[in-house]
Amino acid sequence: MSVAADRPRSPARRDGGRTLASHFVGYAVMFFFALVFLYPFVIQLANAFKSEPDAAANPLAPLPDPVTTAAFTRIFEGTGFPRWVANSLVVTTVITAGRVFLDSLAGYALARLHFRGRAAVTGAVIAVMAVPGVVLLIPKFLVLNQLGIYNSYTALILPVIVDAAGVFIMRQFFVSVPVSVEEAARIDGAGVFRTFWSVVLPMARPALITLTILSFQGSWNEFPHTLVAVQSPELFTLPRGVADLVSGSLGAGSQYPLKLGAALLATIPVAVIFLLFQRHFVRGAAEGASKE
Amino acid sequence: MFGSRRRGGIRGNEAVAGWLFVAPVVVILGLFLLLPILMALWVSLSGWNGQGSPFRADVPFVGADNYTRLFTQDGLARENFMTSIRNNAYYVLLVVPAQTVLALGLALVVNRRVLRGRSFFRTAFYFPSVTSSVAISVMFLFLFANTGAVNSLLSMFGLDGPQWFSDPRGLLHLSLSGLGLVDLAHPPAALTDGGLLGLSWWEWLAGPSVAMSTIIILVVWTTSGTFMLMFLAALQDVPVQLEEASLIDGAGPWQRLRYVTLPLLKPTMFLVITLGLISTWQVFDQIYVMSQGNPAKTTLTPAYLSYRTAFKDFEYGSGAAISFVLFLLIVVLTLVQRWVMRDRDRVPRTRARLLPTRTRRS
Repeated sequence: MSVAADRPRSPARRDGGRTLASHFVGYAVMFFFALVFLYPFVIQLANAFKSEPDAAANPLAPLPDPVTTAAFTRIFEGTGFPRWVANSLVVTTVITAGRVFLDSLAGYALARLHFRGRAAVTGAVIAVMAVPGVVLLIPKFLVLNQLGIYNSYTALILPVIVDAAGVFIMRQFFVSVPVSVEEAARIDGAGVFRTFWSVVLPMARPALITLTILSFQGSWNEFPHTLVAVQSPELFTLPRGVADLVSGSLGAGSQYPLKLGAALLATIPVAVIFLLFQRHFVRGAAEGASKE
Repeated sequence: MFGSRRRGGIRGNEAVAGWLFVAPVVVILGLFLLLPILMALWVSLSGWNGQGSPFRADVPFVGADNYTRLFTQDGLARENFMTSIRNNAYYVLLVVPAQTVLALGLALVVNRRVLRGRSFFRTAFYFPSVTSSVAISVMFLFLFANTGAVNSLLSMFGLDGPQWFSDPRGLLHLSLSGLGLVDLAHPPAALTDGGLLGLSWWEWLAGPSVAMSTIIILVVWTTSGTFMLMFLAALQDVPVQLEEASLIDGAGPWQRLRYVTLPLLKPTMFLVITLGLISTWQVFDQIYVMSQGNPAKTTLTPAYLSYRTAFKDFEYGSGAAISFVLFLLIVVLTLVQRWVMRDRDRVPRTRARLLPTRTRRS
């Protein structure tokens, strides 16, 4: 900047007016887009508390008139919603715990332990990340069927309890941990698992938090897998239940407050986690970039 | 646990421990990722109808029949498949540029150092990306309903919104007729007579339907936040000195964008575009929830068609064949991305390392 000041015609001065204008335009653009990105959620929230005629007549209004919780009463009493929430909680918890533990075990082994075939396994894990999920729907159904676990909690959980991307994230983290830490532990007589569990894993807290949050978000929102893993309504998770609510028996009628309310309730846990742990989502997006 | 046994020495123990540590991942990925691909390859070559095991002796082996019906034989299978390819191609053609440009634009604005409330805006733009695709689809069903928010917004400007989800007319058709070039009721014979792969030229040139454009809007809306973050990470790697130097040289904002920023963003741009291509060819959830391929098959996509063919029509062989074609397409796109990014493999690593610290700072 000091160099700029030495020049006869300072660009800073010339830019003064332009900066102010572009500043204003910048904010205007941002507010417009913030509105575009957030107002649909306001509409969703507001309409979940509207009566059906009100939702049809005033879909844009941010305030319901009258305010009614009728939709939520019907969600909890007239649909399988409580069941779906319970299933989602169980499935998400088990998958998240499983992924964090198994992915970090494997990530540690691939980063640090010397064994024959390590390079091959690492290559396979990276290759597997390229397999597009959607084209595996039929094949996954075939395997679940052959194993005799179709339409069970096992089918909802087992195929997705490890994920290659998570293994890769953990491996990248463990590669960056200094070896001296483990050497000290080993000299003190700790075994491989002990070293991993009590020495290296606690150091991996940032990566573990990221993985936990990504796993939670991913499995809470997971939809296509549940389509081919289960068919009984008692085994539906939230996204499956909500999709069924929309395209199934209720699909014909409008019933928008009901549907929006159900979708809203399905969004809230992820929204809360997101607002609390934004940083980790951002890191996930960045690491997701190099993996996919 | 493993270390207490001293016999094998430290390296020997490590080998056992290493395999034990990776075993769950290897077994589960093998069982639910690799094995399925092989089984599906077999099923796509068979006439299995979903009854019993696909490996029983009485399941007919039909060779490439399921594939030739998609490409060379006249009939419903090819018509549906080609229609789904057409729909998805238009979808890709609109979504990828739109989400890339929007993501870049948002990143450029969010990146301004002087801007207040940067983290608020970043959160706002990224938020849709983390929520459930099913929940978002439900929301858009309401937004674009006949009496929904979009149509009531349009009516505020005196416009009559279409019946979004039941309008199969293609945007290209509509704009051609809007220009008075063609009559939709009587399309030109030159285009309806000839054709390719079972669809007439006129059908190929429909453009995305009005119904499909709601899904296009939805996807651009949900994904641009993620890609914005990638651009943002790359922008934060641009050295300040470079911008200052260009400022001194008297470059205006546009020139700076054109000659300084964009060239530096090239690797990220490529990454965003190929990731976009890979994911847009897999569109499924939104189709399942919002349209199920309707109206008039204009939102049918290969991913949804393969699901429908297998699980609704019980033609597993045909469904698996569609999956395989799509699989090959996506693998090719992925390989292209890997191959090009390999030359500049410094880029992703820098981003992964820098992003968390950057975000913490602001």
